[in-house]
Amino acid sequence: MLKDKLMRSFFVSLWFAVLTFPIMVVRVNTIEDTVTWRWGNLIMVLFGSFVLSFLWSIALERKSTGSKKQTIVSKTFNNLRATVSDNRNIKLALVAIILLFVVIFPFITSFYQMSIMNTALMYVMLGLGLNIVIGLGGILHLGYIAFFLVGSYSYALLNIHFGLNFWLALPIGGFLALILGILIAVPVLRLRGDYLAIVTLAFGEITRIVVENWSSLTGGPSGIRSIPRPAIPGLDLNLTDTAKLVYFIMIVLAALTIFITIRLKDSRIGRALIAMREDEIACQSMGINTTRMKVIAFALGSVFAGVAGVVFAANTTFINPASFTIWESVMVLLIVVLGGMGSIPGVVVAALVIKLLPEYLRAFSQYRMLVFGAVLIIMMIFKPDGLLPEKRKHYSFTDDDKAEMKAEGK
Amino acid sequence: MAVLEVNDLTMDFGGLRAVDRVNLEVNDGEIVALIGPNGAGKTTFFNCVTGVYKPTGGQVKIAPPNGSPEEIQGVQPHKITHKGLARTFQNIRLFQNMTVLENVMIGRHSRLHSGIGGAIFRGKKTREEEKQLIFDSYQILKKIGLEKWVNEQAKNLPYGEQRRLEIARALATDPFLLLLDEPAAGMNPHETTSLVDLILKLREEEGVSVLLIEHDMSLVMILSERIYVMDYGKRIAAGTPAQVKKDPVVIKAYLGEDIDA
Ligand SMILES: Nc1ncnc2c1ncn2[C@@H]1O[C@H](COP(=O)(O)OP(=O)(O)O)[C@@H](O)[C@H]1O
Ligand SMILES: [Mg+2]
Repeated sequence: MLKDKLMRSFFVSLWFAVLTFPIMVVRVNTIEDTVTWRWGNLIMVLFGSFVLSFLWSIALERKSTGSKKQTIVSKTFNNLRATVSDNRNIKLALVAIILLFVVIFPFITSFYQMSIMNTALMYVMLGLGLNIVIGLGGILHLGYIAFFLVGSYSYALLNIHFGLNFWLALPIGGFLALILGILIAVPVLRLRGDYLAIVTLAFGEITRIVVENWSSLTGGPSGIRSIPRPAIPGLDLNLTDTAKLVYFIMIVLAALTIFITIRLKDSRIGRALIAMREDEIACQSMGINTTRMKVIAFALGSVFAGVAGVVFAANTTFINPASFTIWESVMVLLIVVLGGMGSIPGVVVAALVIKLLPEYLRAFSQYRMLVFGAVLIIMMIFKPDGLLPEKRKHYSFTDDDKAEMKAEGK
Repeated sequence: MAVLEVNDLTMDFGGLRAVDRVNLEVNDGEIVALIGPNGAGKTTFFNCVTGVYKPTGGQVKIAPPNGSPEEIQGVQPHKITHKGLARTFQNIRLFQNMTVLENVMIGRHSRLHSGIGGAIFRGKKTREEEKQLIFDSYQILKKIGLEKWVNEQAKNLPYGEQRRLEIARALATDPFLLLLDEPAAGMNPHETTSLVDLILKLREEEGVSVLLIEHDMSLVMILSERIYVMDYGKRIAAGTPAQVKKDPVVIKAYLGEDIDA
């Protein structure tokens, strides 16, 4: 067995060395007409790919043989999670600690860290919004960022032309995104699976391209600048104070989003959405109007993106179409998948990790995409349900038929 | 009185006529079987009746015991379920990652009302509806004998229990007619026996009529009052089990298969 693996890894490394030979070893200097042979690189490639391939095969084997047995780490982690979710006191304490941290955070950190956190919180909101569409409803929506764009531009434009202030723009941005969401949903959602993904992707790009080319209204590729920051009438806020204000706005909005999605997931509508994700045909045959459910999921998800978009525009004071590319949609999708489809804590954690980590690992910024890619592949193989997989609600019953019903959700 | 009356039902897939002018009737309180070799068009027939496919031609009439008669061919599946037809699937289609209880709760969806507002604000009406729903769903699980699995994910159930859960879920929609597509497929003899008991009990206690597709001949012979036989999309025979068993056309269609098995 071990010998097989070693042989395999050896051939993998040979193959890899051959593949990378032209770029890693040969260097042609066209000016002096000389060729440098960097044999040191060859040895490094051989050695590195051999070790990685060997580790990989060991990991794969452990995964396939030990699928039932848990590793110590995942066991303690699962136990911990169960204890936390079962024990009301621990849960409360945890919430209290998080709350305390949330409140004092802006007073113990720098301006820089706060603005990173503000962006991260927007992605928490986006992730949770998309989680309704993809995580609960199972609709592969690749144009989600378009609704973020709609929120941003509706604040920017309404402010420039009509002097609309930030606080009014919040609900209006959400509302406009909702309207657009419903308008798009009705024709698009008759499609299924891959077709739906392609159409939503196209929709996202079309929205961005329209904004980019409609220069008379939107300022085209150069965007809109000097958008007013959020303000409290009668108070004179400097830059740091405003960042704190945005932070607390985002905290409230994120908390509201969490609250709504938690309420949703164990409700009649939420369960219907999950059933649709699990099996669309069976879902219809259980009496659920799946077209209607899709519109609901799409529309709800859009609202959160629209509202987050308003805050985004106000926070950066400058927006242009380049902030709303397909890549941003993919980032949000990544957050949902990494966190665990349908899992609210998972999505929150994933949003924070994905937006915060790269900022603290600036040194590696050129490898960011590489790392994301690698992490995603590893996740899909070893933890396909995400960081914190969705857990369904459990109910307890007293087994006495005649007794008063004691069906209580936990 | 017929609760389901199908006239000349036809379904084409491109050039293939999967169901060819089939007539069928189910009377109130009856257990009727639809049999035939593989690929005869039985599942397609179910899909047409329950709205998964729009039939190419023919009528599907229903007459709910406590409602007015109507034609339902071409109506969307969720509306047909709402009218009182519920089905199970040949290849199990449970909501795998939901709990057993939740699978049944989904069945009650179309009988309830709370919407987004109810979900977010969780007012008194919503809470009461939810409580009743949990209670009712649990009672259904007890009736089917699945209550010990209540919080288990559907995908973790043994195969036979998954088939029973499909029935529980269908029952939760409050049907007057249950359409079961090979409910005993893959079950061991013991599980099959208890399935027979279950179906008889459901007719007794719930007053549902049953139309079932089945391969297991012994089960069909015990359970059904009347049998329809399909082959190559056509209805080739109909009658009581005793009549069908002796019918030379049927024997020919099942050539090589032992009907008495
Ligand atoms: N969606 C479909 N598209 C094309 N052909 C189909 C479809 N569904 C079923 N068929 C064909 O219709 C015929 C009847 O299939 P089916 O109803 O599943 O048979 P049974 O359930 O009696 O075994 C088969 O020849 C099958 O290949
Ligand atoms: Mg079939």
